[in-house]
Amino acid sequence: MILGKRLRELLKNFMRFGAPRIDVMRLKVAEPLKRLFSPEGLTGLCALSSFIITMLILFFLVQQGLPIIQEMGYWQYGQYVTLLLKEMGLSDYLWLHALIQVNGNIIIGFVNFVSGSTWDPSSYEFGILPLIAGTITVVGGALIIAVPIGILSAIHLSEYCPSKIRNVVKPVIELLAGIPSVVYGFVGLAVLVPYIANIFNLRSGQTALAGAIILSIMILPTIVSISEDAISSVPKSYKEASFALGATHFQTVRKVLLPAAISGITASIILAVGRALGETMAVLMVCGGVANIPPLSLELFFTSVKPMTAAIAAEMGETAVGTLHYSALFGVGLVLFIITYIVNFVADTINARFKKKFGGVR
Amino acid sequence: MKAEKELTAVTKGVGLGEILFSIPTLLILASFILIMGVVIINGAQVINWEFITGTPGARMLYGTPLGLPLSYGGILPMIFGTLALVSGAICIAVPLGILSAIYINEYLHEGRLKSFIIQTISNLAGVPSIVFGLFAFAFFCKQLDFGVSLLSGWLVLGFMALPIIVKSTEEALKTIPKSFREASLALGATKWETITKTVLPVAAPGISTGTILGIGRVAGETAAILFAAAVFYQSNLYPTNIFQPVMALTYHLYYEATTSPFAAVNRPYEFGTALVLVGLVLLFVIFAIYIRNKGLKRRKGW
Repeated sequence: MILGKRLRELLKNFMRFGAPRIDVMRLKVAEPLKRLFSPEGLTGLCALSSFIITMLILFFLVQQGLPIIQEMGYWQYGQYVTLLLKEMGLSDYLWLHALIQVNGNIIIGFVNFVSGSTWDPSSYEFGILPLIAGTITVVGGALIIAVPIGILSAIHLSEYCPSKIRNVVKPVIELLAGIPSVVYGFVGLAVLVPYIANIFNLRSGQTALAGAIILSIMILPTIVSISEDAISSVPKSYKEASFALGATHFQTVRKVLLPAAISGITASIILAVGRALGETMAVLMVCGGVANIPPLSLELFFTSVKPMTAAIAAEMGETAVGTLHYSALFGVGLVLFIITYIVNFVADTINARFKKKFGGVR
Repeated sequence: MKAEKELTAVTKGVGLGEILFSIPTLLILASFILIMGVVIINGAQVINWEFITGTPGARMLYGTPLGLPLSYGGILPMIFGTLALVSGAICIAVPLGILSAIYINEYLHEGRLKSFIIQTISNLAGVPSIVFGLFAFAFFCKQLDFGVSLLSGWLVLGFMALPIIVKSTEEALKTIPKSFREASLALGATKWETITKTVLPVAAPGISTGTILGIGRVAGETAAILFAAAVFYQSNLYPTNIFQPVMALTYHLYYEATTSPFAAVNRPYEFGTALVLVGLVLLFVIFAIYIRNKGLKRRKGW
């Protein structure tokens, strides 16, 4: 009676076919093993799988991205080595780099990698600042468009909208969230890009503006649905108290509901930032893909940019496994992973606090 | 009840606020109608029986040399590929996801471990799909040597769908009243029997909503299968074993619209592919919304 009932049944089934009856049930099995094979243990293993997957992702990003970071750690010296190897026609062989530079300073390497201002894989320059700038431009532009629209719409849906219209709009927002990103990218490429080229008289409409517009439509559902939940989870008594004091509806929304729901709304925006940072196909298809740091003026939105995700997606197919370029793309992936991880963590923390504040209304 | 009525009476009829705030909502509706309209109007022109059930033709692969009226062919292998990817991924994600949610909701007590596991799952949901793609390439294709294959695609898409299924199952389990479990336990059922015979059947609408949403997400995924599972064209149209790559609708659309030399020539057909893809994905989403609303209605009876 040491093993669990279920395991005993299992073993019985195994031993039904005439095998010598080794009485496993009598064997002393360690307590942890017994717990592991109980329903609790097995479901627990499944619950840990998410953690294991996350760790595996991190491990492979670090493992494959380390060579470029070590290389960048030897930046001054590494340049000469790279040049030398290039002269010899051997620059694509990572192990040669590793052989000559035993290990670079990882921290300096990471700083150099993130702050390097030229991304030009063909001449072995792997600074990802242009890619980060591209991401910031597109995501920032998308936020400028989507945040006001999203919050106002959330207010409208939760406060002003007749329920008939709400019952139409809410599913539409969910459908909007369900449209695959490649379709957004395609519609942007086929419709929006030529339109932008026409209206602003540009040679090519594949600009940061196109990316920002498409991305803003993609993150709107996140902002609207979570902000709307936040506003409608503010207790009714707040509203009633405000009305009782003689405030108008608009005053109530502005002075009572919005301040009460502000952390939920903030969480929705940060979550949307996380979505936008990781969005690949749409920005890949409509942003043009030129890895330059855009100028700090309004022209910003009319230049072609290459966000981090687009760089990975576009260049992964062109590189051979094990080259520096390959490693650099994993480095970009690592930076992206870290940023989105932090952003999502912050959003979750704010959201959890907000929910606690109003005692789990949802 | 009366107070509620009066409250709505107060909130009604504020002209300025309503007009000001309804514009953004209209903008959202308009963008949805615009996108769907463009896809449907352009896509419907090329969709016919041959397009849906045919295999790739000369025009898809070689453009139109000398202006000859060559057939574009159809996208059946891509539809098949997408469905193959989705079904495998769901077979991985659903059991794993449901068991995870059972552990989180039924066995774990409130505390650090619980919030840690919930946090990991929500972080996994936030990992960008292109990072999943990199991971799949490095781990499944290279380390485990599966190559660019259906199997790699199943695994990575399964992992991507996992958080969605865990979250919705967990939500569904959470809403089941404690009394359901207590009644079952009082009748002498073990905890596991309570879970499988009482809790899970009641949570079924929530679980299926999550599963279908997961299917929708996986079917529309491109970046994760970009390097791990998909190809634009392979001569044996359907993969004969799980170590062969597949053609998928999403990858097909991406490749043909951007990388293919015949991107401009084949634009109408690209709209057709986009329409089929959107139709497929939104069908799942609508189905999920329908099931969820039905479940919500039933829950009101508790």
